Amino acid sequence: MDLRFTPEEEAFREEVRAYIDEAMPPHIKAKAESGAPFTNAEMMEWHRILHKKGWAAPHFPKSVGGSELDPTRRFILAEELALAGAPQLSPFGLNMVGPLILRFGTDEQKKRFLPGIIDGTVAWCQGYSEPNAGSDLASLRTTAEDQGDHFLVNGQKTWTTYGQYADWIFCLVRTDASGKKQQGISFLLIDMKTPGITVEPMLTLGGTPAFCETFFENVKVPKENLLGPLHGGWDLAKALLGHERTLIGSIAPVLRSIQHLKRIAATKREGDATLLDDPALRDRIASLELRAKAHQMANYKALADQAAGKHPGPESSILKIVASTLQQQVDELTMEIMGPESLTWFNPDGAVPPLEAYVGSRFCYDRAVTIYGGSNEIQKNIIAKAILNLPS
Amino acid sequence: MDFELNEDQKLLARTAADFVAKESPLERARKLRDDELGFDLALYRKMAELGWLSLPFAEDVGGFGGGFLEVALVLESVGRQLVPEPLLENILAGLAVAEGGSAEQKALLEPLIAGEKLLSLAYLEPNGRQRRAPYETRATKKGAGYVVSGTKTWVSHANASDAFVVSAELEGETRLFLVAKDAAGLSLETLKTIDGRRAGKLTLDAVEAELLPGSSQALLDHVLDRGAAGAVAEGVGLTQRVLEITTEYLNTREQFGVKIGSFQVLQHRAVDMFVETQLIRAASIASSVLADDPDPAARLEAISAAKVQLSVGGKYVTQQSIQLHGGIGCTDEHDIGLFFKRMHALNTLYGDEAFHLRRFSASPSFAKVG
Repeated sequence: MDLRFTPEEEAFREEVRAYIDEAMPPHIKAKAESGAPFTNAEMMEWHRILHKKGWAAPHFPKSVGGSELDPTRRFILAEELALAGAPQLSPFGLNMVGPLILRFGTDEQKKRFLPGIIDGTVAWCQGYSEPNAGSDLASLRTTAEDQGDHFLVNGQKTWTTYGQYADWIFCLVRTDASGKKQQGISFLLIDMKTPGITVEPMLTLGGTPAFCETFFENVKVPKENLLGPLHGGWDLAKALLGHERTLIGSIAPVLRSIQHLKRIAATKREGDATLLDDPALRDRIASLELRAKAHQMANYKALADQAAGKHPGPESSILKIVASTLQQQVDELTMEIMGPESLTWFNPDGAVPPLEAYVGSRFCYDRAVTIYGGSNEIQKNIIAKAILNLPS
Repeated sequence: MDFELNEDQKLLARTAADFVAKESPLERARKLRDDELGFDLALYRKMAELGWLSLPFAEDVGGFGGGFLEVALVLESVGRQLVPEPLLENILAGLAVAEGGSAEQKALLEPLIAGEKLLSLAYLEPNGRQRRAPYETRATKKGAGYVVSGTKTWVSHANASDAFVVSAELEGETRLFLVAKDAAGLSLETLKTIDGRRAGKLTLDAVEAELLPGSSQALLDHVLDRGAAGAVAEGVGLTQRVLEITTEYLNTREQFGVKIGSFQVLQHRAVDMFVETQLIRAASIASSVLADDPDPAARLEAISAAKVQLSVGGKYVTQQSIQLHGGIGCTDEHDIGLFFKRMHALNTLYGDEAFHLRRFSASPSFAKVG
């Protein structure tokens, strides 16, 4: 038992910090500092900056252009990026379809798609949910008819985050409606420039242009764009959802938000003292921070298991539920600390202190964190059955 | 990072689990509530034979030379079965002697480790709430020695102890003193506790006492931090067991013609309990490993995070276990209530939630903003 990182790993952490500090352009640094939402262009710019160092795709093998960092270094990298408030790279290519192509794709598909995913020149989005298939994903109705040399796709996808900027979309489509609903689903890779696709962006609750609805009308998709077996898409979807859960279970963004909260509290004066000097408030912050620390230890334990090549333990299943709930609680307390300033909504610079300008946007957008990646209620259904063995 | 136990530690954990499962069924804890001592001295000595009391002590005083993690591994099993023998309590008093005592005083450790002599740590005082420093107990010099006056309360297993490690203020500083149970001017009133155990109220009226020459508030804090880590370790086993008993019930009890565990609202409640048990377990690992660190700043965050998590999570798990059992959970007959009561004791001892929150939020690292 040794809960310390090795000296080499600590040195790597220093290297990451130094690189972030040196390589992050001033306009991105300013946004990281204030917590302003990044644009898609800024996210892709940061992707290419990290790629220069080999750190955009640390989880990919060197044979396809990744840097093949071990799980612990990957974790340190992700943790430091989050703690620095760096733009979160779009996960759709790097963390979602990329690993699936690597695992299920043909050699041809790997050669064609992986380089652009890894170097950040090709942007992807995810076509999973539909208006009537959310938590009950398997009831999706977008169809792909076999037309000999191609599939003909018709239907509608929703929550296709960053669809308006994407070059490609990966989609779950129904190729057979005769059996159980999980059977008869296939996984298609579709070029967003194909005729018949239209994208309608939707603002999120945070006022940012992230969500989209994507419509497919007689869209021709070549057969070679099928990933994995025909009618076998559900297995790919399940593999991906598991991955997404560990990806969004990290506590580092919460720790950063707590720091942000404290910085704001330290500027709010009540008489001679600041709000951060108020013992009652300090206790409320402390209770969130200490829970985050307990989560961090669970996170490290899951990481150590992964690094040792072991199956993730039961603690890994709770990470997303706890982190997402904590994030919302921290946002809420930050808004409370800001008081009337929390009313601000995308005003010109200087209207409110920079640290406070975008907390409201974050507070609103983060209602999504307990929903995306499988809502916390769905996570609980899974744990109840798979870990606690409760009856159906 | 490496979360793996070594082979010796695995063996210790397994032996402890097997021993308590065999020797200490829940009925025993239930019956011992009415016992004069509140525990079984013969079984306590068997545990000493297994070496459990020796774990954190150095080899030169007859110890095993392990760390607090080893103690925590045993305490996890203790928590599963609500074992009432005062293992942690004697270890804590022993650590005070080992780290603050003279060579002569350390001779006490051999019989303590063997289970032949019992020691209690007396640091809480009436109206002192969670104060770790002496509240009204004072020591004064008398001739070549010292006398102590004051009242100490909730002193663990006091009626079974041969001597007490008593905190008192001497010339403005916290010091620890050894007081024999038959010392003149010492009177003991035995109290029952909510979890069926026995504690003592000690009234000291100019009682002759031996100063532990190396003692200080810092030493007492380190002992009590290990107490907190120990309470959390016991809580790991306790909450895990409560979760098992509760899911078993959800899988058995039928209402409206179905197993009640098929109701989603109860499933989600059980998952919320599971989440808390996992967080307690993760936090316990960090607090047990860091508990040995003599630097208070190095261990503060891990200890307080774990104790707060135990409080928040342990309360939730034991309260909800009663709720999910319904009416039967509210009876003395059902075991689940025994866990609920023990959890309250664990949450209260060695600093409660408010104490650890405040300690963390008042620490210099908390207010450091980048």
